[in-house]
Amino acid sequence: MSSALAQYLLAGLTLGAIYALVALGFAIIYNASHVINFAQGEFVMIGGMAAAVFVESGLPLYLAVIFSIGTATLVGFALARFAVEPARGASVVTLIIITIGAAILLRGLATLVWDKKIHPLPAFSGDQPIVLGGATLLPQVLWVLGATALAVALLSWFFNRTLTGKAMLAVSHNRLAAQLVGVSVRRVLLVSFALSAALGALAGILIAPIAFTSWDAGVMLGLKGFAAAILGGLGSGPGAIAGGLALGLIEALGAGYLSSAYKDVFAFLIILAALVFLPNGLFGRRATERV
Amino acid sequence: MNFRTLLAIGGLSIAFSAPAQEPIRVGSFLAVTGPAAFLGDPEQKTLELYIEKLNAAGGLLGRKFQLFAYDSAGDAEKARGYVKRLIEQDKVDVIVGGSTTGETMAAVPLAEAAGTPFISLAGAVVIVEPVKKWVFKTPHTDRMACEKVFVDMRARGATKAALISGSGGFDRSMRAECLKVAAKNGIQIVADESYGAGDTDMTAQLTKIKNTAGVQAVLNAGFGQGPAIVTKNYRQIGISAPLYQSHGVASKQYVKLSGDAAEGVRLPAAALLVADTLPDSDPQKKVVTGYKRDFEGRFKQEVSTFGGHAYDGLMLAVEAIRRAGSTNKAAVRDALESIRGYVGTGGVVNMSAQDHMGLDLSAFRMLEVRNGDWMLVK
Repeated sequence: MSSALAQYLLAGLTLGAIYALVALGFAIIYNASHVINFAQGEFVMIGGMAAAVFVESGLPLYLAVIFSIGTATLVGFALARFAVEPARGASVVTLIIITIGAAILLRGLATLVWDKKIHPLPAFSGDQPIVLGGATLLPQVLWVLGATALAVALLSWFFNRTLTGKAMLAVSHNRLAAQLVGVSVRRVLLVSFALSAALGALAGILIAPIAFTSWDAGVMLGLKGFAAAILGGLGSGPGAIAGGLALGLIEALGAGYLSSAYKDVFAFLIILAALVFLPNGLFGRRATERV
Repeated sequence: MNFRTLLAIGGLSIAFSAPAQEPIRVGSFLAVTGPAAFLGDPEQKTLELYIEKLNAAGGLLGRKFQLFAYDSAGDAEKARGYVKRLIEQDKVDVIVGGSTTGETMAAVPLAEAAGTPFISLAGAVVIVEPVKKWVFKTPHTDRMACEKVFVDMRARGATKAALISGSGGFDRSMRAECLKVAAKNGIQIVADESYGAGDTDMTAQLTKIKNTAGVQAVLNAGFGQGPAIVTKNYRQIGISAPLYQSHGVASKQYVKLSGDAAEGVRLPAAALLVADTLPDSDPQKKVVTGYKRDFEGRFKQEVSTFGGHAYDGLMLAVEAIRRAGSTNKAAVRDALESIRGYVGTGGVVNMSAQDHMGLDLSAFRMLEVRNGDWMLVK
């Protein structure tokens, strides 16, 4: 039965890596503005859909990937600039409701700009499964894991080594103090949305060859990513990653060993338990360094 | 006639061109947008196209047709509101619509109470079982799909099958029907797995099936991207038992999404999908090739069986009104119930007082994916 276990673990890690990327997007925006951006799932969808449509129109895959991340980044920037920023005086709840509205708008736009069909994206390096310890994995899974690790490393460098990154950290720690020493809170907000959108788009592109993409693909991934962010502790970078991986593993192991009909139930039960017993998530508060 | 003019059908254009005769009012509510848009979109296009064609040919009983169509977006609550409007405000003579079972069942009590003939385009058995006086349907049921698959499994020597299904309404209904009729068809269900609507990976469920002793065939009940992911994962983890899909994925899109992994997959589907490869002796050949030509010629997109259901629904309504010689609702209802031998895109329809769908297993063809295309299994 160990080959079955290996298969479950691989499935869980793949799902978990995607959830982690989405959760990181939530964390970055939450830190910059205390807003939970419910349009995060739509960034995932835009990344996947744009890449699929670019490839269908004949662009080589690597260009499609670059352009679609660029598209999503622009959308994220525009969302911050034209929807969130003008309402900056409003309460956080109002801003959150704005992001819900933006999510519905973006889904609607996607059906108009593109279509309502499900689109495939070619795998980055073929569909031939690799056999590993009795389990099989697709080469795309390695891309998912590798690209997620790379994105996390780059983020960590960005937040610890660049002035913009440090400014964003400063705002997350103390908004007023950061403003007093000359950090532009407005710019931090814009950068955080653009960065989150890029991360979301990356997740959408990585998962599209495995799970396809469509105008509504972001809804469930956004929800799971949000759950992962809560589990890990809202606003914590390491927490988002740990939360994402934990959620993916719980789902896969739950489906494999317990009942596939209730796998989402297990995942959400564990999150409820975490909220009751660890109200700040696995990494909330305790972590001194926030990403 | 251009596309814009087509869109105006159901609007004022008829009022200007029609003589003083009152038009025949056809009501419809379809999921043109929303998650079931892939059903409602071709259905709406089909209704518009053929209402236009019928009017161009002079209408019926010296009267033109007028279409009242609303977008219920797959929402049962909206569907209920629109059906109320169709009956009370638009005063339609017959309703052809209801893309999903949920919308249809929300409309059934209204149509029954008002006594308006209602031809549903949705799949589930509950619509016509038990028989409701005013309600008919054109698509095959999920129970027939199960039986067709089980018959084919037995023909290939399999008696123990695994089931994997999604969590949507269609998926769950088909799963329940399959479990109900499995024993009767000599099939034992030894594994029963499921996956969620937005799931991206089903290797865990399939690994469980792979490790279940004695599985000789696997049936996946579902539609959307789920079955395509199941198909890819199925090949990835290397299950050798034959894989069956449901009629829910009977579109080229499924083959396109699954790629090479779909090779050898079998599924039950309507004759429309293999219109061009049907032998000339097939009774449905003429109808399905005609519809395919009309639809693809106009909309430059591939026909789907769902649009075909709308074609059948409209043509059954037209046939019933012709037989009744009027739009008297009770007479039209009785005429609908008496239709025998109508050849549609979904099969040969033989309505009766006990059967308001009128299709049998011969309406389904067993198809196999070969070289990225459908082949009829002999």
